[in-house]
Amino acid sequence: MSAEAAAAGAGSGYLAERGWRSWAYTLDHKRIGAMYLYTTIVFFLLGGVFALLLRLELLTPQARYFSNHTYNVFFTLHGAMMIFLFIIPAIPSGLGNFFIPLHLGARDVAFPRLNLASFWIFVAGFLVIIGSLVAPMDTGWTFYTPYSARTQAAVTTLSLGVFLIGMSSILTGLNFIVTIHKMRAPGMSWNRMPLFLWAMYATSIIQVVATPVVGVTFLLLAAERVLGVGFFDPSKGGDPVLFQHFFWFYSHPVVYVMILPAMGIISEVIPVFSRKPIFGYKAIAWSSLAIAFLGFLVWAHHMFTSGMSPLANAIFSFLTFFVAVPTAVKVFNWIATLYKGSITFESPMLYALTFIFLFIIGGLTGPFLGALATDVQLHDTYFVVAHFHYTMMGGTVMGFFAGLHYWFPKMTGKMLNERVARLAWALIFVGFNVTFFTMFIVGTRGMPRRYAEYLPKFHTENVISTVGSAILAIGILVMVWNFVQGLRKGTKAEANPWRALTLEWQAASPPDTENFHEIPHVTDWPYGYGTKKA
Amino acid sequence: MSSGHPAEHHDPEVAFESAKLGVWTFLATEVLLFGALFTMYTVFRAKFPDLFHAEHEKLNRVLGAVNTVVLITSSLTVALGIDAIRKGKAKLLTRYFGATILLAGVFLGVKCVEYAEKFRHGLFPRTNVFFSLYYMMTGLHGIHVLLGMAVLGYVLVLARRGRFSESYYTPVEMSGLYWHFVDLVWIYLFPLLYLAG
Repeated sequence: MSAEAAAAGAGSGYLAERGWRSWAYTLDHKRIGAMYLYTTIVFFLLGGVFALLLRLELLTPQARYFSNHTYNVFFTLHGAMMIFLFIIPAIPSGLGNFFIPLHLGARDVAFPRLNLASFWIFVAGFLVIIGSLVAPMDTGWTFYTPYSARTQAAVTTLSLGVFLIGMSSILTGLNFIVTIHKMRAPGMSWNRMPLFLWAMYATSIIQVVATPVVGVTFLLLAAERVLGVGFFDPSKGGDPVLFQHFFWFYSHPVVYVMILPAMGIISEVIPVFSRKPIFGYKAIAWSSLAIAFLGFLVWAHHMFTSGMSPLANAIFSFLTFFVAVPTAVKVFNWIATLYKGSITFESPMLYALTFIFLFIIGGLTGPFLGALATDVQLHDTYFVVAHFHYTMMGGTVMGFFAGLHYWFPKMTGKMLNERVARLAWALIFVGFNVTFFTMFIVGTRGMPRRYAEYLPKFHTENVISTVGSAILAIGILVMVWNFVQGLRKGTKAEANPWRALTLEWQAASPPDTENFHEIPHVTDWPYGYGTKKA
Repeated sequence: MSSGHPAEHHDPEVAFESAKLGVWTFLATEVLLFGALFTMYTVFRAKFPDLFHAEHEKLNRVLGAVNTVVLITSSLTVALGIDAIRKGKAKLLTRYFGATILLAGVFLGVKCVEYAEKFRHGLFPRTNVFFSLYYMMTGLHGIHVLLGMAVLGYVLVLARRGRFSESYYTPVEMSGLYWHFVDLVWIYLFPLLYLAG
């Protein structure tokens, strides 16, 4: 089947049609996924530029290059872009769109038109967000009231932009839930699904359930500014902490929208490059759903210093520790999969192992912040910044990079230059740790986040961190350059260069528009590595 | 490839089941959307019970009750419309759906009268927390009624073009599900806001 498919795919599969109309009106999940990927990667690079500007300013203890206001705008844009325009949509809407139907052995998602609509709603959303730059936001990505209700910045516009992005996210999640329920190939029972699908299923549930709440919250914030309603304004009987509750009811679960799909990618990559069946399939599958569920019970751990009752603080602190359990279940199972495997270190595997290494650090610094006593000390210091960059960049972004390198041959039909890929990985690995590990140190010593200035005693560490960010940036540029080179003149990819067993590798590289000539019949789970099959 | 997308050829049974699951999932998001406002209502009513009691007297209970009857009737006509097409009576479907849209229009008309009356008495969203909630909740609901009218109208146009029969009526059933949800929200809004004493 695979050789046949490879021969048939000698053209350029789903990429054959040319012209902008063939993209703008496409109903093909692969093209829609590719458009999301291009868009989100652009925002990733743009958000990265803002990060570099922040690091540049922090090279010296005094504010030197920008005014305080400009600095506030930069960290807001960095956060808002990375969160709403890159990290939330990149894996689910980008790689998810591309690979969910392929993993299922389906021809497309359940609602292809809705899929295209949610892409264009996403585009409308980011255009509105770009429009809000006429009076750029300076509230941080969290929009906390009462400041966000009063500032001259274009909060209303940005809220509406985020509302649209949220709508697109809901529709994509809805589409994936129905697709996974109804479009599985014959023989693909739930327990034969690739773990990426379990992760995406859990992710979609969070998107569908949590996003409407933040949507209405942003609407109310806009109403606060336009109509003068007073839900969050103490002078009208409102309560600013209520805003925080509503905001985090979405924005905590959504960190699992960011991390779960990356965990799904890791669960695919690890067994392929260890040539071993995944260890603890059911435990990994169900831990995704457990994380999605527990993620809804812990939101107020972002608010320990916001003046909640001590009882509420204690309850949320207690519940927070439970999230560590299913998360650790995953990590132990990946490590058990590696044990006695025939491990090879191709670039996807390097990123996957980096994910495990960095995510353990990011994960284990979580309980420090979940525990009341230490959180009060560490709240709003650089320790928090380091923690979430270790989970979000060290975790999600490394998982995303693992996925991009793993699936590049499938998506483009071309192979990447492996040597350049490894060089980029080394730079990113070193640069990341130099940048962010120092933040743990200055954080524990009390350096607060979100200021353009800092005490001179933190100078050395900040210089180190800025140098690290430059190394990281170079690494990412090398990686992007490698992608461009791969697209332009990479050698032709076979249908299954990694000898993987999930169904997407039975399709041609790149896949044809209808994915499979014949819908595959599934007879086994896709992790039988090290056996006769692979 | 111009003859349509490969995914659109899938089995009509699967298509119907998918649409149903899709609409139910969508309604779950709607519950959460309104759920946020209901939570807010609970918080503020617990905080200001006297204010809620005093302010709810200013709402027009008669018009609220009329609107409740109007919406419940419209739910009935939608259900009768679905029943009609199940029996293959396409003509009857268009009548019932036409009636539903008309009733939805009456609802919005009455709502406008109420809003105008409140504005005349100087009761605006910024007046106090009760009226903030009143306008946000009924306003969001009103937008849903408007969207519902658009959806039902679209289905009505398709029905007139003879697109539905007893063997295919998925959009009819789905639009009906949505309309029942819109009614249900009002069934909660009416006592919470108008009868809050």
